[in-house]
Amino acid sequence: MAATETPAGPRDPAWEARYHGASLAIMVVAFGAAPFFMYPQFAMQLLCFALFACAFNLLIGFGGLLSFGHAMFFGMGSYLAAHAAKVWGMPVELAILTGAATSTILGVFTGLLAIRRQGIYFAMITLALAQMAYFFCLQARFTGGEDGIQSVPRGKLLGMVDLNQPFAMYYFVFAVFLAAFLLIHRIVHSPFGQVLKAIRENEPRAISLGYRTDRYKLAAFVLSAALAGLAGSLKAIVAQNASLTDVYWAMSGEVVLMTLLGGMGTIFGPVVGAVVIIAMQFYLADLGAWVTIAQGIIFVVCVLSFRRGIVGEIEAWLRNRRK
Amino acid sequence: MSTQALFGQLLIGLINGSFYALLSLGLAVIFGLLNIINFTHGAQYMLGAFAAYFLMQRWGLGYWWALVVAPIAVGFTGIVVDRLLLSRLKKVGKLDQVYGLALAAGLWFMIDRAFAGHPEWLVIVPLALWVLLTVSDRWAPPKPDEPDHLYGLLLTFGLALIIEGAFRSQFGSAGLPYSMPEQLTGVTNLGFMFLPIYRGWVIVASLAICFGTWFLIERTKLGAYLRAATENPQLVQAFGINVPRMITLTYGFGVGLAALAGVFAAPIYQVSPQMGSSLIIVVFAVVVIGGMGSIMGSIVTGFGLGILEGLTKYFYPEASNTVIFVVMAIVLMIRPQGLFGQR
Repeated sequence: MAATETPAGPRDPAWEARYHGASLAIMVVAFGAAPFFMYPQFAMQLLCFALFACAFNLLIGFGGLLSFGHAMFFGMGSYLAAHAAKVWGMPVELAILTGAATSTILGVFTGLLAIRRQGIYFAMITLALAQMAYFFCLQARFTGGEDGIQSVPRGKLLGMVDLNQPFAMYYFVFAVFLAAFLLIHRIVHSPFGQVLKAIRENEPRAISLGYRTDRYKLAAFVLSAALAGLAGSLKAIVAQNASLTDVYWAMSGEVVLMTLLGGMGTIFGPVVGAVVIIAMQFYLADLGAWVTIAQGIIFVVCVLSFRRGIVGEIEAWLRNRRK
Repeated sequence: MSTQALFGQLLIGLINGSFYALLSLGLAVIFGLLNIINFTHGAQYMLGAFAAYFLMQRWGLGYWWALVVAPIAVGFTGIVVDRLLLSRLKKVGKLDQVYGLALAAGLWFMIDRAFAGHPEWLVIVPLALWVLLTVSDRWAPPKPDEPDHLYGLLLTFGLALIIEGAFRSQFGSAGLPYSMPEQLTGVTNLGFMFLPIYRGWVIVASLAICFGTWFLIERTKLGAYLRAATENPQLVQAFGINVPRMITLTYGFGVGLAALAGVFAAPIYQVSPQMGSSLIIVVFAVVVIGGMGSIMGSIVTGFGLGILEGLTKYFYPEASNTVIFVVMAIVLMIRPQGLFGQR
């Protein structure tokens, strides 16, 4: 997705560092204070989807690979975490790890298949594989079919902190989110992330420089799948359920929308996009199918006129102002 | 299990196969010239079925009328979509932001008014947007742009959400019945099985449409222009052929094919807002298996996979939902470019 990138030119590293530091501070303060101003339950949902969108952005924004099947990782992570916590009676942290591990393994297999094609084919293949996962969840015994897995216990974190307390649960989710967010930030700015960006910009040239681009793409795909699974597992514990909605293709579309609206290839964009979309669903819930219509309109307008997304536009504006 | 049941499942497979073939054919035709994977295809198939339903309800026009009118009407909306949305993907204008905001407000207002019983806005708003585009292009001519073609996928996905959301909020999720034409009701005995006449008709008609399209594209002068424009649009334009108009009409044609499939489907399945969205994902898998290189390839893969799905339903029903996706995975391992795709 080269077209989203703001025109290059030498960037001022000191300014970039200050910009990232300031944005990070704003985000930490905002999410840190959030449960005092809104329902902790709602704020936790925001965090889960923000993490999901960040995981997705790692793939599209920095690897240039549009997956239309990320619901598969989110949903399977969610199912396995719920199952592990409820049926196997695992403590919460192990249940979440089980969910994330499931998505990682799933990511390896789907990644191996999907990276054999590029561009729109990649999108269609991931979509089709995710639909297969959906049918699997519809028919498999342990998922509970149409009912899903209900009343998942939250239990105690490390056997000490009672997660049924909304604030304890919130700050646990926040800590996981922040750790994953910083990990993504680290990955993006590592040499690995740089190679990934090079592949996004010009794959043949990256190959000619001696990089095995398939391995890099697969690694990015698996990382993204693992983090999406982590988001899904967290969501299962937060909402205390796992259902077919989590694996349905509409969920894949939603995460694309969050990332597109917030700004593909920006660090903070997906978080902003997730907050806007989830808030919209929450406050417009009475309007029913109008939410879908609004999402569709946002898609169309973003693609036609605001490809950089909210954060991308702000960044471009800030950079222009400095010149 | 009896041979009756086997032939029954084969028949259902052939029916599904004809829908796969018609839809993947439309996708291939559109992709050839526009370089866009039309995610709206499922929604446009649904529009075709709804158009048939409306023609019956409002004007008492039956199935045979619907076969002609619905594809043309839905194809025309495709032309509007191409002019107002898809063609803008390839241009960057100074007023793009203004247009985007006008588009958002216009679409919202249009749908809201249409729900309130004022369908005339469905014409006024697109016209106003078209005027806005024409005027702004005169004033500040847009520059050509070569965007990533993933944007086409995202744009058409958004459009599909809008259309399906609008129909769901108007008609709910329950299906609406659409009756079969009298001439095609009943069953005929083929000796080895009983064939519902309507189903036989759908298979024969789809085959005819598929091969008609193949003939049009591979064997006529118009098709030669199309294929040439697929290879090298600039050169064809230089020969004095209006390529942008050809692109628009091609999109309209592909959309019309989807709508025609919708009319075929209306008497078999119920007419419902979701009828297209799960089908289109299967069709995407069919397209990946066949590869989008050739028209004949889409037809053969579409019917072939339909039959395979029918056989799976007979021998191993649990896997019938997923068999096409499994085939896709296998094909990707052995021949990533698809059975008929070129590298």
